[in-house]
Amino acid sequence: MGQPGTDTNPLRVAIIGAGPSGFYVAEHLLHQQGLNVEIDLIERLPTPYGLVRGGVAPDHQKIKAVTATYDKIAAHPGFRLYGYVEFGRDLTLDDLRQMYHQIVYTTGAQTDQHLGIPGEDFHGSWPATTFVAWYNGHPDFCDYQFDFSHERVAIVGMGNVAVDVARILCRTPEELATTDIADYALEALRHSRIKEVHMLGRRGPAQAAFTNPELKELGELAGADVRVLPEEVALDDLSRAALEKSPDRATYRKLELLQKYAAQKATTKPRQLIIRFLVSPVELLGNVDDQVAAVRLVKNTLYATEAGTLRPSPTDQFETLPVGLVFRSVGYRGVPLPGVPFDERWGVILNQKGRVLHAETLQPRIGEYTAGWIKRGPTGVIGTNKPDALETVRCMVEDLAQGAILSPAHPQATAAEKRIRERQPAYFSYADWRRLNTLEVARGRAVGQPRVKFTRVEAMLAARCDSEA
Amino acid sequence: MNIQSILATKGAHVITIRPEQAIREALILFIRHNIGALVVLDDAGQLIGILSERDIIRAAPMNEAIFSQSVHEVMARDIITVVPQDDLMSVANTMTEMRMRHLPVVDQGRLVGIVSIGDVVKAQRDQYRGEVDTLQTQLLADAI
Repeated sequence: MGQPGTDTNPLRVAIIGAGPSGFYVAEHLLHQQGLNVEIDLIERLPTPYGLVRGGVAPDHQKIKAVTATYDKIAAHPGFRLYGYVEFGRDLTLDDLRQMYHQIVYTTGAQTDQHLGIPGEDFHGSWPATTFVAWYNGHPDFCDYQFDFSHERVAIVGMGNVAVDVARILCRTPEELATTDIADYALEALRHSRIKEVHMLGRRGPAQAAFTNPELKELGELAGADVRVLPEEVALDDLSRAALEKSPDRATYRKLELLQKYAAQKATTKPRQLIIRFLVSPVELLGNVDDQVAAVRLVKNTLYATEAGTLRPSPTDQFETLPVGLVFRSVGYRGVPLPGVPFDERWGVILNQKGRVLHAETLQPRIGEYTAGWIKRGPTGVIGTNKPDALETVRCMVEDLAQGAILSPAHPQATAAEKRIRERQPAYFSYADWRRLNTLEVARGRAVGQPRVKFTRVEAMLAARCDSEA
Repeated sequence: MNIQSILATKGAHVITIRPEQAIREALILFIRHNIGALVVLDDAGQLIGILSERDIIRAAPMNEAIFSQSVHEVMARDIITVVPQDDLMSVANTMTEMRMRHLPVVDQGRLVGIVSIGDVVKAQRDQYRGEVDTLQTQLLADAI
């Protein structure tokens, strides 16, 4: 038999993880001229879309509109979804090697970075990623309980995830009721007694990672005023020099917005969102029940690295901020997959341009690839995964041309389906997901929301059964 | 975006050379690995210089015996190093202003990688492409 990729001998590819990167790898492969490819997208959850469903904030529906692109990719005859099938549990790497010529890991970054400070594990101190997954109705997180009876909350971090968390905490129940936030989260936040949300950034305003549209949106909240301390948004000499050397319009706009917030007077809105700069938590302080009671902050100054990046450096000035809840939002981190080499330093699969490497020889492992956050780390917007996936697909096509692919004993779509059905009889196809989607949207329509999500796997399975009946 | 995400897809291996090795050996490494600069490490593994194609070209007209010269005679000693947490943008600016095409990346005193101007330009290009794509998707969602 000749090289796979022909009509009679299609190239069989398994992609692990149905987030944006999984879809973009599929798209680039399906667009290869003269290549007949069959893609099985294997996903742990019954539902696809990864962080677009479980990460993007429920009040950002326009960003979620990207799923229309994924549905188009899924409509290709060479594409199949196997949802509710877990790599390492239902299917091992050895299983995949028997059924596919190429395997691509696009599992994203599923855990959070730690702050590495005392008291980080007190009750009431949460990874922001857990809270995000909870309010987005991720089945693994739907049973978590957050205590919103506290009046003061701290969010550590200045990225767009930190901004999402701040915004969701500050939104009124009426605002949230127009989103697709998980129903239990809406109910819990209805009873929130939070009055102050403090966002804590270790660097200055010019270095804050959030983008201007997100910052502007904070100023338009119905139930919360944004407060910024004037002394913390006054530009320091190093930042000014850096900006003069390399004038960046977006940074100037960000500073203008922040200075506007610093100058505005408080209204009678029930909540305050306080954005702080040049402070780092050094310790969380707890009460007798090991519940967070305060965060101890050190004030920072900035110094320039040799390459010119402005980094924080602690001073000897401290302050204590009493808070009952802390969300740590200092970045996501990848989780190793069973049997796949991992680079602990960067929290990614060990790879070169998307080719997975042997841990010892650092040479490519034949037939194994990676794309997205588990390849390069958690950076960029959803669209950044598109060029990233293309780089990986180019390597795959190059290797195919060289004959450097796996030699599966059972490279037939029917063999894969049979094996998966044995291991997970309840797997979800794309058609199953589309039916679930229709039900969610209908449930939403009834209450004026874009959708009401199914948040438990059992409920998803039951809904599929009902819709088939 | 920071330098760490560039290193994440470059594998773990940094091609290095010792100061007493000959320029000919350096050229062989350039060709074999398709690279334009080598990090020079001493016996203790300390970073002591960087040797680029341009360093060799600059030295060549004055020296017929360039191929057998030692790396330490030609390498640049006055080097700027990068840390994994450095912002992509500031590294891009530094490389452009100082006209440097390669910078070693050092983490807590240990060499962990090297970034080239090509790496930086590619990372910036992918970042912009991603942003454009995401913005377009949102605008099109508005139009529907």
